[in-house]
Amino acid sequence: MTLQRSPDAFSADAGKTPTFEQSAKVSLADTQLRRNLGKATQTIRAKRAAAVEEMPDWERLREAGRALKERVTRHLDEYLLRLEESVTRAGGHVHWARDAEESNRIIAGIAKAHDAEEVVKVKSIATDETKLNEYLEGEGITAHETDLAELIIQLAGETSSHILVPAIHKNRAEIRELFKEKLGARGLSDDPSDLTNAARLYLREKFLKAKVGISGANFAVAETGTVCVVESEGNGRMCTTLPPVLVTLMGIEKVIPAWRDYEVFMQLLPRSSTAERMNPYTSFWTGVSRESGDGPNEFHLVLLDNGRTGVLADERGRQALSCIRCSACLNVCPVYERTGGHAYNSVYPGPIGAILTPQLVGIGKPGPDSLPYASSLCGACYEVCPVKINIPEVLIHLRGRVTRHKQDGGGLKGRLDPENAAMKTMARVFSDRKLYEGAQKAARVGQWPLARDGAIGRLPGRLAGWTESRDLKAIPKQTFREWWKARNGSPENGSA
Amino acid sequence: MRVALFITCFNDTFFPETGRATVEVLERLGHEVEFPLAQTCCGQMHFNTGYQREAIPLVRRFVEVFAPYEAVVAPSGSCVGMVRELYPMAAELANDKRLLYEVEELAPKVFELSEFLVKRMGVTDVGAYYPHHVTYHPTCHSLRMLKVGDAPLELLRAVRGIDLVELREARECCGFGGTFAVKNADTSTAMLSDKLRHVLDTEAEVCTAGDNSCLMHIGGGLKRQRAGVRTVHLAEILASTEEAN
Ligand code: SF4
Repeated sequence: MTLQRSPDAFSADAGKTPTFEQSAKVSLADTQLRRNLGKATQTIRAKRAAAVEEMPDWERLREAGRALKERVTRHLDEYLLRLEESVTRAGGHVHWARDAEESNRIIAGIAKAHDAEEVVKVKSIATDETKLNEYLEGEGITAHETDLAELIIQLAGETSSHILVPAIHKNRAEIRELFKEKLGARGLSDDPSDLTNAARLYLREKFLKAKVGISGANFAVAETGTVCVVESEGNGRMCTTLPPVLVTLMGIEKVIPAWRDYEVFMQLLPRSSTAERMNPYTSFWTGVSRESGDGPNEFHLVLLDNGRTGVLADERGRQALSCIRCSACLNVCPVYERTGGHAYNSVYPGPIGAILTPQLVGIGKPGPDSLPYASSLCGACYEVCPVKINIPEVLIHLRGRVTRHKQDGGGLKGRLDPENAAMKTMARVFSDRKLYEGAQKAARVGQWPLARDGAIGRLPGRLAGWTESRDLKAIPKQTFREWWKARNGSPENGSA
Repeated sequence: MRVALFITCFNDTFFPETGRATVEVLERLGHEVEFPLAQTCCGQMHFNTGYQREAIPLVRRFVEVFAPYEAVVAPSGSCVGMVRELYPMAAELANDKRLLYEVEELAPKVFELSEFLVKRMGVTDVGAYYPHHVTYHPTCHSLRMLKVGDAPLELLRAVRGIDLVELREARECCGFGGTFAVKNADTSTAMLSDKLRHVLDTEAEVCTAGDNSCLMHIGGGLKRQRAGVRTVHLAEILASTEEAN
C-alpha cells in the first residue's frame, strides 16, 4: 500500500492539492487497494440493501429526515442559539469557532488549563477537518485515537479514506504487521478478534489515564442540549464518560430541533451506515454529571463554522449540509469503489465529499474544483442517501459554479482555455441549424485521416483519453436528417 | 398519435440507424411521426460539463421547437433526463420565470422510447423478430433519473426469437458519464472493464441498451478487445422483423 501524503483540501497549502484525476491515477494503479476496496464496498452494499428492505416505511422516513434537515438549514441561527441556551442551562460551556484555527486554539486552551499532556479521542471528522491532532502535537499534547480503524491509520501515519471505515484500504495481514511493529504485540494472528484485543489492551490504559476526552457529535438537540455520539466499539462511551473533562467539536449543521427527531434519525443512520438495525453504542449526554458522579464534571461544546455559513448562501448547494455522515453514498459509488478515498484529497471523500469539500473551502482551487467532476452522474448515491440529498444535481450545479468562476475570474487565461473555446464554438453551432448541418458534414470529412473500418483507434490531443481503452465509432455517410429529408422530400416542419 | 421525434444530435450524426429504427417502430404502431428539422442539441453536454450559461440558448431553442407537440419521443434516456430533470435548473439559472413555466409544461410530454411505448401507450409487443442471444444493460439515466424500470425488458421479452440473457451487476454504471469518460479516463476505463467482463460472461452476441452514448463506450471497449460482441440500440432490435432477417 503506497502512502499518499499530498496536502488535503483543508490544509494550509490547500491551493497545492492535486486534482482528482492526478490522484486517482495513483490509486488505480494499486491493485491490492482495488481488491480490498471492491470486496469491502460490495459486501457492505448488499448488507445495507437488505437492512433497508426490511423497512416498509423507508421512503417516508427518508422524506422526514430530509424535511427535518432542511428546516434546520433554513433556521440554523435560531436552533443554534437555542442549543447554546440549553447546554449552558445543563452546566456546559459553549464556544463559537469561526474557523479551524480558532477551534484548535479553544480546544488546546481547555487541555492546557487542565495540564493534560495526553487526550483520548473518539472518531470525529470535524477534528480531521481542523487538523486538531497536529495542532495539539505542536502544543506538546498527544492525541490518542481510540476507534480501531482510526488507531490503525494513526499508527500507520496515514490519512482516513472512508468516513466510517477509515482503514477500508487496509487488509488484516497489513494490520497485523502494523500492530506487531507499533504496539509490540508479539505472536499476533490476523484473526479479527486477536487484532481487536491487542488494540483494546493498548487503549484501556489510555482511557484510564486521560484527563480530557475529545469527541465529535452526530447530533445535538436544540430543545434539550443533548449531544449524541453513535458508534460501534464502545470507545465513544469510554471517551465521553471516563475523563473528567469532555470537549465536543461539532459542525454547526449538526443541530436538530427536538428530542423526538431522534426517532427518525436513529432509524435512518444505522441501517444506512453499518447495515445494522441498531448500532451497538449510542451515547447521549446533557451538560455535566451532577450528583451521580457518572461522566465528566466539565463539558465544552465547540460549534464550528469553518465555511459552513458561506455554504448556506447557495440554495441549491446547501443541501450538502444535511449529510448525517452515514457513508452509504461512498459504498455504492462506482468511482469511489475504484479509486478509494485518498484520491479525493479531503477528509470528506466519495460523492458527499465531492459536493461538500469545494463548497466548504471555496471555489477557485484546482484540487477541490476537480471534485464535482469525479462522477459519472450515475445517481446511485442519491438513490441511497437517507436524507435524500440530490448529489448528482449538486455536482452539476457546482460544475457550473466552477466553470463560471474560471470564465469570469480567470482573465485572458480563462477565456483562452481550449475547453472553454471549444464549448463556446459548439454552443454557437448548436444554436443555428445551418451551422449545425454544416458541422456534421465537416466532421464527416475531417475524420478521414483517423477512421479505419468504421472505427477510430486514436484521437489527438486532450481527447486521447477516450481512445486509450476504446475505439470510437466513425461518422457514417448519411446523417439521420439527410435520410429523413430524402425520404420525405424535405418537408420543412418546424421553424429553422 | 402525432409524435415528434427528438433524435438527439449524437444519434443524428453518429447513429442514424437508431433514428430510422425509431421511426419504423413508431409508424408500425400507427403513430404519425414528425421530425422538426430545426432541432439540434438539448444542451446536455454543455450543462453537465459546467458550461451552463452556454446551454441556455439551446434550452430555449428546444422548448420552442417541441412545445407544439402532444408527445416528444427520443431514443436516449440521458437526453430525455436532461430535458425533464435539468431544464428547470437551467431556467432558474437564466432567471427566467416564463422559460421555467414553459419547461414545466413541456417536460411531462417528453419520453424515452421504451417508456413511451410501455408506460404511455401500454404496448409491449411491437411485432419484432430478432433471433439472437441478447443481454440488456440498463443505463443509469433511464434507470435512476427517468425510472423507466423494466419497460425495456418487457419490450425485449415480447420479441420473437430472442434469447435474453441476464447481465450480472446490471445496474452498475458502465463508466461513460459524458465528458467524465475523457476527463477521468482512467477511472472510466476501470469501470468499463468490469462492465465488459460481465457482458462477456453472458456469452451473448449482442449487448443492448436505450442509449447509444453508453453503448458506444461499451462497444468501443469490446471492439478494442476484439471480443466479437456487438452493441445494438434497443430501437433497432424492436424495428427488426422476420422479413428483415
Ligand atoms: S450524503 Fe447522504 S448517503 Fe452520503 S454520507 Fe451523507 S447522509 Fe449518507
